[in-house]
Amino acid sequence: MSDLLQTPLHDLHVELGAKMVPFAGYAMPVQYPLGVMKEHLHTRARAGLFDVSHMGQVKVTGDGATAALERLIPVDIIGLAANRQRYGFFTNDHGGIMDDLMLANRGDHIFVVVNAACKDADIAHMKAHLEPDVTVTPVPDRALLALQGPAAETVLSALNPAAADMAFMDVATLDLNGVECWVSRSGYTGEDGYEISVPNDQAVALAQALLAHEDVEPIGLGARDSLRLEGGLCLYGHDIDTGTTPIQGALTWAIQKVRRAGGDRAGGFPGADAIFSEMAEGVSRKRVGFLPDGRAPMREGVAIFADAESDVQIGNITSGGFGPTVGGPVAMGYLATAHASPGTTVYGELRGKRLPLTVTKMPFTPANFKR
Amino acid sequence: MKFTEEHEWLRPEDDVIVVGITEHATTQLGDIVFVELPEVGTTVAKDDEAVVIESVKAASDIMAPLDGEIVEVNEALADNPGLANEDATGDGWFFKIKPSDPSQMDEYMDEAAYNDMIA
Repeated sequence: MSDLLQTPLHDLHVELGAKMVPFAGYAMPVQYPLGVMKEHLHTRARAGLFDVSHMGQVKVTGDGATAALERLIPVDIIGLAANRQRYGFFTNDHGGIMDDLMLANRGDHIFVVVNAACKDADIAHMKAHLEPDVTVTPVPDRALLALQGPAAETVLSALNPAAADMAFMDVATLDLNGVECWVSRSGYTGEDGYEISVPNDQAVALAQALLAHEDVEPIGLGARDSLRLEGGLCLYGHDIDTGTTPIQGALTWAIQKVRRAGGDRAGGFPGADAIFSEMAEGVSRKRVGFLPDGRAPMREGVAIFADAESDVQIGNITSGGFGPTVGGPVAMGYLATAHASPGTTVYGELRGKRLPLTVTKMPFTPANFKR
Repeated sequence: MKFTEEHEWLRPEDDVIVVGITEHATTQLGDIVFVELPEVGTTVAKDDEAVVIESVKAASDIMAPLDGEIVEVNEALADNPGLANEDATGDGWFFKIKPSDPSQMDEYMDEAAYNDMIA
């Protein structure tokens, strides 16, 4: 793994006994000695610490930064209040999703967090379309930690009581462990928690300070994936990609009314026509949740059929596996709209056998956010 | 007890062979969440796919180590697949096979050779 990039926490992961794997060009911890199942359950019961420093952190600065970003992202950024965060995505000319991301209004700039595998392309995309009107500045000198779970507030408040005053999707600059951190109350597990941007050279000390709390365990990418799957959250490149639109991806909620047809700032982003047409006329397929009836996990790539005999495929699974909190298999994927009502029984083909699944609303586990 | 390169253990018990996977294998696989066993009475050839194991990470196939007939499977794994993690060489066994050619056992490793392989 010598050609892989390392996060500032690399040596700490190794010291903690992590199994390191390649992910998006980085050596990342997939699990620690606790194991994926217990790491998952611990995060839902108490708190887990995740290294997500591989993700891209970018500042967009300058007068009109919000209006400029609205040219690439179909969400309400001008209306995003100071110290608030919002989910969004870059779209292409066909309305496909180039990447999904988080946007925060940090007063004098918009702070954007994008996926590791897309970050170089995203930065190039923003620079090409937004400069010189505004300045796009990658922030490679900061690590990113996620502290997730019902005990996250207690744990972070011990370092700075102001953490407890933040509501879901608030952002703040907090002194943690003597260092200026950029904190958001959000995450990727369906649990309450925080994401913390910290200078690279202070990241290990902060991680150790958080891990010193008896409620906190280090959590790897394996449990991060099962947590977000139970939370019904998309993994870019699997559940959404350039071939899926936000409407097909069941992400219409992320496009605020002001950017929709008839809104004050309707359109003006790539693929607006395609997206508005789908909003008006409906889509032929959409992203749904599935609960396989048996115990066998159904993973990415499993083909879905309307019944046990039909030759006509009506969908496919894009993410699936065992949900430790659910106590059984869970999956998400795309399904022809005619079959996509919750409660519908469909069939997945697994090792040559057709096995029933039930179309299900997501999340699979109740979201536990501090509203 | 004998061992295959695929991390199966084979334990003679009267005229049948009990088959499971080693603790080394279950540790590598991680938490096992589903085991699909063959049907009792199935005749298998060596290297036929016999068992599917799903861990939290991925699906893996276990091959029949011998020619023969499956005479019993560990039904307890259907409800509690984690037995394979908890007691790999005991309660976590997969199936019992009645070998048609018991001499096929000779080609497999003894415990010392297996331990060398995984060392």
